[in-house]
Amino acid sequence: MLEKKENIRNFSIIAHIDHGKSTLADRLLELTESVAKRDMQQQLLDNMDIEKERGITIKARAVRLDYKAKDGQNYALNLIDTPGHVDFNYEVSRSLAACEGAVLIVDATQGVEAQTLANTYLALDHDLELVPVINKIDLPAADPERVAADVEEIIGLDCSEAAKISAKTGENVGEVLEQIVKCVPCPEGDDDAPFKALVFDSVYDNYKGVIVYVRVLDGTLKPGETMKMMATGAQFTVVEVGHMRAMTLESTNELKAGEVGYITASIKTVVEARVGDTVTKLENEALEPLPGYKKVNPMVFCGLYPADGADYEALKEALEKLQLNDASLSFEPETSGALGFGFRCGFLGLLHLEIIQERLEREYDLDLVSTVPSVIYKVHLSDGTVVDIDNPTNYPDPAVIDFVEEPMTEAHIYSPPDYVGAIMDLCQDRRGIFKNMDYISADRVDIHYILPLNEIIYDFFDVLKSRTRGYASFDYELTEYQRSSLVKLDVLLNGDLIDALSYIIHSEKAYTRARKIAEKLKEHIPRQMFEIPVQIAIGGKVIARETIKAMRKDVLAKCYGGDITRKKKLLEKQKEGKKRMRQFGTVEVPQEAFMAILKLDGQD
Amino acid sequence: MSEFVSNEAKRRIVDTVYFGGGTPSVLEGAQIKAVLDALRGEFTVSDTAEITVECNPSSDDFEDFIICCKKAGVNRISLGMQSAVDNERRKLGRRADREKIKQRVEFIKSVGINNISLDVMIGVPEQTMESLDSTLSFVLSLDVPHISAYILKIEEGTPFYKLLDKLSLADEDTVSDMYLHMCRMLENAGFVHYEISNFSKPMFESIHNTKYWEDREYLGFGPAAHSFYDKKRFYFDRDTDKFINGEKAVFDSIGGDAEEYFMLRLRLKKGVSLREMKEKFSFEPDGIFYKSIDRFVRAELCCFDGDVLTLTDKGMLLSNAIITTLI
Repeated sequence: MLEKKENIRNFSIIAHIDHGKSTLADRLLELTESVAKRDMQQQLLDNMDIEKERGITIKARAVRLDYKAKDGQNYALNLIDTPGHVDFNYEVSRSLAACEGAVLIVDATQGVEAQTLANTYLALDHDLELVPVINKIDLPAADPERVAADVEEIIGLDCSEAAKISAKTGENVGEVLEQIVKCVPCPEGDDDAPFKALVFDSVYDNYKGVIVYVRVLDGTLKPGETMKMMATGAQFTVVEVGHMRAMTLESTNELKAGEVGYITASIKTVVEARVGDTVTKLENEALEPLPGYKKVNPMVFCGLYPADGADYEALKEALEKLQLNDASLSFEPETSGALGFGFRCGFLGLLHLEIIQERLEREYDLDLVSTVPSVIYKVHLSDGTVVDIDNPTNYPDPAVIDFVEEPMTEAHIYSPPDYVGAIMDLCQDRRGIFKNMDYISADRVDIHYILPLNEIIYDFFDVLKSRTRGYASFDYELTEYQRSSLVKLDVLLNGDLIDALSYIIHSEKAYTRARKIAEKLKEHIPRQMFEIPVQIAIGGKVIARETIKAMRKDVLAKCYGGDITRKKKLLEKQKEGKKRMRQFGTVEVPQEAFMAILKLDGQD
Repeated sequence: MSEFVSNEAKRRIVDTVYFGGGTPSVLEGAQIKAVLDALRGEFTVSDTAEITVECNPSSDDFEDFIICCKKAGVNRISLGMQSAVDNERRKLGRRADREKIKQRVEFIKSVGINNISLDVMIGVPEQTMESLDSTLSFVLSLDVPHISAYILKIEEGTPFYKLLDKLSLADEDTVSDMYLHMCRMLENAGFVHYEISNFSKPMFESIHNTKYWEDREYLGFGPAAHSFYDKKRFYFDRDTDKFINGEKAVFDSIGGDAEEYFMLRLRLKKGVSLREMKEKFSFEPDGIFYKSIDRFVRAELCCFDGDVLTLTDKGMLLSNAIITTLI
């Protein structure tokens, strides 16, 4: 029988980046005494260093807060944190599906931004009750009244009751808790129905194996029972169930309908308990899985190589460890003539790529060389077969290609009207197709473009930010594959193909790009002892060339009165510098040269 | 520096003395004599020792100073001329003009010191191929037996470095051409290019400086003076007061290894003998070493007879890159 679980509230916090989501979460933990003051470190929910630095939440975390409301009753408030970036949209949608309501934070100085809207629509798609909160009222530039009016106008959300708070100082934060109790509906569920729980996150733990975070819809689950993942069919004996506390996991006898909790069952990798999957019990199995499961596929690919070939095994181990915790990271070994042994890695998007790269470098102390990121192209060959190409190296000979398709996105850019010109120039330059433009308020424009994914994967966001002084925000969604005129550019140094620098590009841009690549390489590859021809080719045809002249002078003229040590040190330094370069045949290429080509777009 | 040098050193024969680094001619002529007397008291200085003093041709009491030096036993003068083109010299902060330098050289010869070295700089601000040519013709007309020619290197932290953008400096290719032009010109005039930056008439090589390049021992006294003795390299702090107050020498590094030997010996025209490297350091070159040498020989940067490796003039310009490739 469906019953109301009156004293439970399941909610998320949604916001645009930097609008104070993590700070509010911290205050809620503090207010409900979920964390002792002395243990309070800023932004507790974000565990990873990178998250703290970038001020974004990468993976969802959940926590149960005990709250005694003004009505005298005790409530269990389950806060399900959501990742704040488009790369993790699917994870966001699963987290939201586990809730009945969401706190929508809007910055009192900035108002509605791209992700405010994107996340609001996502929340509305899941029929969530929205609790608006205006944050940062302590800032001098805060204009809570105007922002509240903005939210009413743009989102159509009644803000008359909206809490106006400062998560930073703690002002009025208590009001948020009251509103959650009052506005967010309590969950409903049937404890006697077949067990059904939604996986909204899973985390690998060295001791317990995978910890599966779930929202129970119906039924109950106890340790010792056999659970089954409905999408993968995998079965496990439940070892432990319980609730998430801020600092620990608190085991309980059972999980019941309406609750948010965790399950451990000696599961070895997160791939076996994917986000979005439905957990049921082997006995009394649910008939239908919960809707919305999909296996998220990587969209952006690049080669990652250890700068020092000896680190190959270490890189492999590090990737394996990261994958334990990240079902959307894929990798497989690949070999590059230029870079040696490495891995072709797949990511949800650029941020995901950057995060993984940074974690490999920081947490695993690896020095990496990465290749130009690529998307998946669908190459239709003249014999009728279609191949998916995510690595320019594998791009077929143009002679056997019938046509090629590339992935497209629908992009929305939100900006003050002053920058519309600059943004349109940028989108036009990136082969964007203008759809429409809406004034969502007097000082906010929504510019809607169709953009090829390969034009935005590298530095689009950075360039957008710099051309709009940081005011524009950006959100995109993949749509469909579209036929496109693409070619592969090859780079040859001293006649040798440098496979790691190959580049797939629209044919109209090929010549300009080829010339720029050649110039950049000439600029960034230092003169060496022999002349080096730089050639950029399509198929066998060279379309741009430069020559790096042979170095003429590299000498210490004087011995400084017998100070030989200094001389030795200078030569040592020079030798160290050489080690940091990549050797391609007889040519030494510094890492900066790779970076310069990756960043090419940002500079025009 | 007694912590680095044993009493045994005093019984060794000192065959060169060099007053240099900075401007020794700020000393009174009498002080040169005092220093030499002190050295002779402590060490055994050979009667035929090469005794060099570096002089600035602009100094006012130049002639008295030279006379004192001669009396004290100095037999070699190194003159910091840098350029014979007056506006280039002024940019380098040198006052004496071309005519003055000529007088100075003639005066040194007149007191009986014929072993004279002139410093020339390549790549100085405003310098062109033509102006270098003019400097070299002037130097040759002075008929001195030794020329040091340094390529200007502007280092971080120097006043020049701050002005880098405003200075009119020749580019790498032009400076390289200047160097090669100079090598040709001096070799045609009978000079031997015996070290990367040094040219001399036969038998007039600097005996003192050659010790550095042959990785031999020397002791340095004074602020910022460097020593090499018993495999140890050490030096005095650059602060003059500290030196006067008896501050101890500072250990720098262990010297005399194969790499150092290779890097220094390759600076000399006579080059480095691989057989000698093998005997002294059991140095065993590998296949890559020979392959690199082969490439350098084909590019006319090195000469190799199976044992002795030497640099050509073109190779000397690239000596750092060659050394770091080989060892």
